[in-house]
Amino acid sequence: MWDTLSYPEALVEPGQRSRVRRGVREEPAAVRYLLIGAALLFVGLMLIVPLSSVFYEALKKGLDVYFKAITDPDALSSIRLTLLVAAVAVPANLVFGVAAAWAITKFEFRGKNFLITLIDLPFSISPVISGLIYVLVFGLQGWLGPWLAEHDIKVIFALPGIFLATIFVTFPFVARELIPLMQAQGKEEEEAALVLGASGWQMFRRVTLPNIKWGLLYGVILCNARAMGEFGAVSVVSGHVRGMTNTMPLHVEIAYNEYNFTAAFAVASLLALLALVTLLLKTFIEWRTRRNTISL
Amino acid sequence: MGLTLKPHNVLPGFGLALGFTLFYLSLIVLIPLSAAFIKTATLTWEQFWAAVSAPRVVASYQLSFGASLLAALINAFFGLILAWVLVRYSFVGKRIVDALVDLPFALPTAVAGIALTALYSEKGWIGQLLQPLGIKVSFTPLGVLVALVFIGLPFVVRTLQPVIEELEPELEEAAAILGASRWQTFTRVIFPALLPALLTGFTISFARALGEYGSVIFIAGNMPMISEITPLIIITKLEQYDYAGATAIAVVMLMASFTLLLLINYLQWKTRKLNATA
Repeated sequence: MWDTLSYPEALVEPGQRSRVRRGVREEPAAVRYLLIGAALLFVGLMLIVPLSSVFYEALKKGLDVYFKAITDPDALSSIRLTLLVAAVAVPANLVFGVAAAWAITKFEFRGKNFLITLIDLPFSISPVISGLIYVLVFGLQGWLGPWLAEHDIKVIFALPGIFLATIFVTFPFVARELIPLMQAQGKEEEEAALVLGASGWQMFRRVTLPNIKWGLLYGVILCNARAMGEFGAVSVVSGHVRGMTNTMPLHVEIAYNEYNFTAAFAVASLLALLALVTLLLKTFIEWRTRRNTISL
Repeated sequence: MGLTLKPHNVLPGFGLALGFTLFYLSLIVLIPLSAAFIKTATLTWEQFWAAVSAPRVVASYQLSFGASLLAALINAFFGLILAWVLVRYSFVGKRIVDALVDLPFALPTAVAGIALTALYSEKGWIGQLLQPLGIKVSFTPLGVLVALVFIGLPFVVRTLQPVIEELEPELEEAAAILGASRWQTFTRVIFPALLPALLTGFTISFARALGEYGSVIFIAGNMPMISEITPLIIITKLEQYDYAGATAIAVVMLMASFTLLLLINYLQWKTRKLNATA
């Protein structure tokens, strides 16, 4: 290579060599600082300032007011409902994600790419429309509305509607994380397990699951964050019944619209903490899996 | 659907896995989604057209499409800088910045909405700096733009990062040896290689902004004809029990989303092809 010609191999440390090599691939220092400055300014203004303001507004009136706001009965019931929604939506999409990824990556069939596009579909649909379509099916004027009313089953403006809308908006998360991962892993290991006499379940538990555990966890974390934070779709189907069908984001909206800013920001700060924990776990998994591939 | 299974595949569970996938997909996504189109089909063409072309609705398209386009452009510009800086340079706090890029993805939209509204209101941290300059952000179309820039921020960065990482160093070195300045190398060698990924990120950011609701409604002020986005019009019609009208507008938005999805798939395919041959 041309750049090492003037530096005898033995004298150049690997790190140094890459620095020499990078020489012509680097912008002048002034440009570098300008770009870093612009990037940091953008991140600071668009991300760090809004994030800090959530905590500032929540704690502005002191810790007492803050704790009062998050232990208010309506706030507590919204927290319980949000946890319940995640506990329903995440496992449902987890099972689906594994099944879809298994069929798509381990077998050949026609229409596979079309199926992948269909799985991705909920991501490209406005949250508002995601809620609307369930109203069209289950609402009073909807397809099943009269039948449901006759049997006294409430879906819209009740918990089942919130579950369905949340499942819809978080539908692709686990599947789209697993599909590329399992595609790259191929199926030789599973085949070997079967040849060695493992049952289908043993093969899945001992071979497939350990191979996909990080990807699975990654998908679950993103799915969970969206399930707990979804606003638009849930807002359409919930009916905003206080203490009954209000999730945390809806509680934030109602408190805010009543000019009860501290209460709104207090519950919002819990959701912001959830976002930070999500980012932390996500970064940890990325670090873990990158290390794994390097150590292989 | 004709399914052709390779004869030598010994792995179990194909029927069960695919069967469950199709069942669940139909139940959760396809059947409810078809309800939107079937509901719209109950309208005559004149009714449909009247619903989707009312002046207030058209004004909302202009705002939604215009602000989304502008937000995607801003994100393309800063996203390119951010991705480049994160891959190529080292500086203090780089890993934190890298992790924070996904914040708009992880932060619930309602939280982003009230935080931005508070920041840009007249007494807010940023709003009070802008007020002497005569710039009003909260409760104006400019507020819509700010919210859409926020929620679209991760997409350009995340689509560009892997592509910048994979750029062949030899290409840039060759350009330098052949006498190109750094700027020429960037415009003639690097930028063309990044363009498909940049367009992909831009389109995803645009598509995401188009449907966004939660972060926008707080800061927009929601004045009819001025700062009312299309998803809000759908909600308003729903609250007035005008289901057919809401659905007609939803179908227009869905067609736009599907077109963008096709475009994104095409661009991603093109990016992969370009990377494979590079």
